[in-house]
Amino acid sequence: MSDHELRVSKIRDGTVIDHVEGGQALNVLAILGIDGSEGLGVSVGMNVPSDRLGRKDLVKVEGRELSQSEVDVLSLIAPEATINIIREFEVVEKNRVTRPDRVVGVLSCPNRNCITNADEPVDTRFEVVADGVRCDYCSTVLRSDIADHIDV
Amino acid sequence: MRQDHLITATQLSRDDIEAVLDRAREVAADPEAYAGRHAGTMLALCFFEPSTRTRMSFDSAAQRLGIDTIDMGDVDSSSVSKGESLADTVRVIEGYADSIVLRHPSEGAATLAAEFVDVPVINAGDGAGQHPSQTLLDLHTIRENHGLDDLTVGIMGDLKYGRTVHSLATALTNFDARQHFISPESLRLPRSVRFDLHETGAQVREHDDLEAVLPELDVLYVTRIQKERFPDENEYHRVAGEYRIDADTLDAAPDDLTVMHPLPRVDEIAPDVDDTEHARYFEQAHNGIPVRMALLDTLLENAEADEGMEVDR
Repeated sequence: MSDHELRVSKIRDGTVIDHVEGGQALNVLAILGIDGSEGLGVSVGMNVPSDRLGRKDLVKVEGRELSQSEVDVLSLIAPEATINIIREFEVVEKNRVTRPDRVVGVLSCPNRNCITNADEPVDTRFEVVADGVRCDYCSTVLRSDIADHIDV
Repeated sequence: MRQDHLITATQLSRDDIEAVLDRAREVAADPEAYAGRHAGTMLALCFFEPSTRTRMSFDSAAQRLGIDTIDMGDVDSSSVSKGESLADTVRVIEGYADSIVLRHPSEGAATLAAEFVDVPVINAGDGAGQHPSQTLLDLHTIRENHGLDDLTVGIMGDLKYGRTVHSLATALTNFDARQHFISPESLRLPRSVRFDLHETGAQVREHDDLEAVLPELDVLYVTRIQKERFPDENEYHRVAGEYRIDADTLDAAPDDLTVMHPLPRVDEIAPDVDDTEHARYFEQAHNGIPVRMALLDTLLENAEADEGMEVDR
């Protein structure tokens, strides 16, 4: 099976997030804040064979286009992902994610003693470093466990 | 040093450090020349955690420069106990003072405070994070005894929660210093400090005990195992009492070894070390005055220069 053969039907309008590392699809949904209660049509493919990645996950979201901050965080857990914007069944935009310099307001700091966990009027802010992210306030470094601290 | 605030040691370059320490040397040599230099200005001492040395040291340094100080007092008797945010507290205090010294139990507190005010903020310790003004006086002590290059420094004790250690280790990367970290496994350096050391390519080794490395050291920096930093008291009791030195321990040390400690000590340095030529921790504490005078002088000078800058229109 190639990347082009999908196990789920095409969507009319929305976003297809492709080439997500196998096992990260549910974290992608967490980043998007999708838990089913919002009524969006969502299709998830997990561990689908992929020419490029070997195995990949795939997420299709009906009726929603991603914001830049969501794409920024996606890049941290799915650096190979492609974002396809769909309108009237056609791919109108196809972008690779790029790693931002910083992610703001989308991750919670795992350090419970960080000032950002103390009800202060600030967004969390993390510098994107070589293999993870680093809290601008307390310097805590997050690596493989980034997805556990998504807060959007 | 062209800084508006002093928040972490990572912001300090070699030039920054040497500029402050050069000025501290001048202050120590001729304190009268600095007396009253900032008369008419006000420093706010905001200590959200107990402190004796740091608070009094800043207060003394300020007054010697002619700076008046205001102190928010104990947290229990301040508006903080009513639930006021730190951001609001410092914004209010900004209207009362020309600079703020902040100690707070949360990591990153000084970074946050500096985002909300225009007056200089000095981090006087943020939880288990950083304590950069302590580092400047530590470096001053090291420089006066050994210089700051071709140096072998052992740092022993609570490396995980010890904010003075985090700042010192980071600042030493500016110099030709080999760093040996001596601690129990459970109190090794946190990931964030390792990150900074790795980024700078620092020469670093870790050890479980002091014995093997002691003969190589120029400086042994001892820290207290901090009971209040342990989430688990059982873990504290497991390591308390280890990593203690006494005069006999230092028989294996070079004659010119300098023993330092940010104080307060509990029992990690036995009193008989005080009588040896190695003990420098009281000298180190006293160095807090000229160094903090130099730091306040520098930051206020920078702030005054900002006010005098012409803006292109």
